[in-house]
Amino acid sequence: MAYDFNWGVFFEELPGGDTEYWEILLEGVGWTLAVSALAWAIALAVGAVVGTIRTTDRPWLVRLGNAWVELFRNIPLIVQLFLWYFVVPELVPPLKRWAIAADPTTVQFAMAVVGLGLFTSARIAEQVRAGIQSLPRGQRMAAMALGLTTPQAYRHVLLPMAFRIVIPPLTSETMNLIKNSSVALTIGLAELTFRSREMGEYTFHFFEAFTAATLIYVAIAMTANRVMAFIERKVAVPGFIAGGAK
Amino acid sequence: MAFDFDVIARSLPYLWKGFRYTVELTAIAATGGIFFGTLLALARLSSVKPLALAAAGYVNLMRSIPLVLVIFWFFFLVPVLVQGITGAERPPQIGAERTAIITFIMFEAAYFCEIMRAGIQSIPKGQVYASYALGLTYGQTMRLVVLPQAFRNMIPVLLTQTVILFQDTSLVYVISATDFLGAASKVGQRDGRLVEMYTFVAVVYFVISVTLSHFVRRLQKRIAVIR
Amino acid sequence: MIDIRDVSKWYGTFQVLKDCTTAVRKGEVVVVCGPSGSGKSTLIKTVNALEPFQKGEIFVNGIPVGDPKTDLPKLRAKVGMVFQHFELFPHLTITENLALAQVKVLGRGRDEANERGLKLLDRVGLKAHAAKYPGQLSGGQQQRVAIARALSMDPIAMLFDEPTSALDPEMINEVLDVMVELAREGMTMMVVTHEMGFARKVAHRVIFMDNGEIVEDAAKEDFFGKPRSERAVQFLSKILQH
Repeated sequence: MAYDFNWGVFFEELPGGDTEYWEILLEGVGWTLAVSALAWAIALAVGAVVGTIRTTDRPWLVRLGNAWVELFRNIPLIVQLFLWYFVVPELVPPLKRWAIAADPTTVQFAMAVVGLGLFTSARIAEQVRAGIQSLPRGQRMAAMALGLTTPQAYRHVLLPMAFRIVIPPLTSETMNLIKNSSVALTIGLAELTFRSREMGEYTFHFFEAFTAATLIYVAIAMTANRVMAFIERKVAVPGFIAGGAK
Repeated sequence: MAFDFDVIARSLPYLWKGFRYTVELTAIAATGGIFFGTLLALARLSSVKPLALAAAGYVNLMRSIPLVLVIFWFFFLVPVLVQGITGAERPPQIGAERTAIITFIMFEAAYFCEIMRAGIQSIPKGQVYASYALGLTYGQTMRLVVLPQAFRNMIPVLLTQTVILFQDTSLVYVISATDFLGAASKVGQRDGRLVEMYTFVAVVYFVISVTLSHFVRRLQKRIAVIR
Repeated sequence: MIDIRDVSKWYGTFQVLKDCTTAVRKGEVVVVCGPSGSGKSTLIKTVNALEPFQKGEIFVNGIPVGDPKTDLPKLRAKVGMVFQHFELFPHLTITENLALAQVKVLGRGRDEANERGLKLLDRVGLKAHAAKYPGQLSGGQQQRVAIARALSMDPIAMLFDEPTSALDPEMINEVLDVMVELAREGMTMMVVTHEMGFARKVAHRVIFMDNGEIVEDAAKEDFFGKPRSERAVQFLSKILQH
């Protein structure tokens, strides 16, 4: 093979000097993690609410929740990001004024967080709904029979259990979210994948750059996996096996 | 601002070309992905340890890195590999569209592998014993008995994955391939009409995905009844 | 105390309750029996409005259950209920299971609620398990906790929906013993069960249901002595065979 390996390339300087390639990769990791973390918070909050209202006995709430999930699940993520970045500001003048005045990176970051967060919220809503509906019907009845109101029944009885059941699928959604954050490069955000390609283009050492990015993604995924497993152990209910118990 | 729907009408033939590529890419990647995914699944379930390990390694790697990065990887690797194989002097020009096809087949194979593996594992072991007892070889048992059942059981999941694939093909945008989104983006940038073009793209994707998902759900219900 | 008048209920076009009328007086123990699918579980759940009904009226302590203006949580807090599958809350300890509704519904302080809960746990013989989670207890123990949980609300009446039918045979008696004791103390009870031994021991009246209808509603002695309907005779002979 004609490819010329050079693993020392990470410590070479970018044209213009001062910065070495490993530094811009690290910066990319920072953006990847920041986008993922904030989007995850939005996705979890919105997803929990939307998933919950889909299990209530108010038909209009259920329909609203269903529509939300369908809307965000059936448009490709990249198109959704383009809508947030290119289309929405044109339709909302104050947003447009802000986008023009603000630092471009801030705008890219904000739109990536919102777009990725809402996209993922639909997936989490689906898991939360399934989690609540997998609980025995008697749990809701028992809570009602004790005089709890519907919100109290959700708050103290249904959601705590549903949350535990949902952790494993939530883990895989978290992985997907981190991977999906790379799509933010299409609106110009200099996250990890963006930086590794940039490094390849400057140095023609694509192989080394992509290998580094690949290893970092694998490491992030493994760490996230560990964290979720830790949470799962932490909140495990003694004597209760998720999915197995009645 | 005023919507200019005319820009969509004017560029329909070009958009249609892009759309046809999207459908083509989806169909080829799904077919190829299911084919190689099935082979990978058989490898993962094989009693030959190195084979099983290699297959598992490939699948886990593909599933743990972003599709965008995978697309970049193949866009860089395919010409280099072809050059290595043919011994050409310079890396050949393969083009974004063809690279994308190879990429998506290889990437989707990892996801279809996991679906087919679940499908194969859902077939009772007794089916295999019965086939062996009749004198069938391993290859015959898989081809004639296990895989047809596994495939049939998994049709809804395979189709769901294909709908996801249909949406994911839009990511070929990152290597400037002219799929549906790519075509719309090029028109939008040329005419300064990104708002109309991206809205149109979103609506088309939405309508098609919702229709397909609805169809899959109905199929799922019908299959559930038959079983 | 509980007054059920001409209650009918449909699931779509299927009628699960047909003009059911009966009453449970204060201090009375009424056993409801009948084959599965006869509507007895549905009937008992209409009493605290866990199941809505389309026709008729139910009054609990004079409060109309079917009236949309009725404060259902407040009503339900006064009526204890025990379920077939216990329905303890698996993520809460036994103590927390007992305290939850006392704190959130009755507004008791946490300490007061825990104290009351422990007292009741002691009564059902499970004080030692207070810190455990439901999943760590046997079915019989869980059901006794569920009874204690219902009692912690100081109910004016108790509803039991097949409290022993999800239990292994060796655990049935520990639960029935608690219920017998409760009955002897004068608790108003409506009990859906197949345990005819329990009925003979403490029931004042027995209601027999079939196909959504109350076929017989008689004093215990009359029901076991000379049931009037053929269906009740058949049912009793089937039940008493084992």
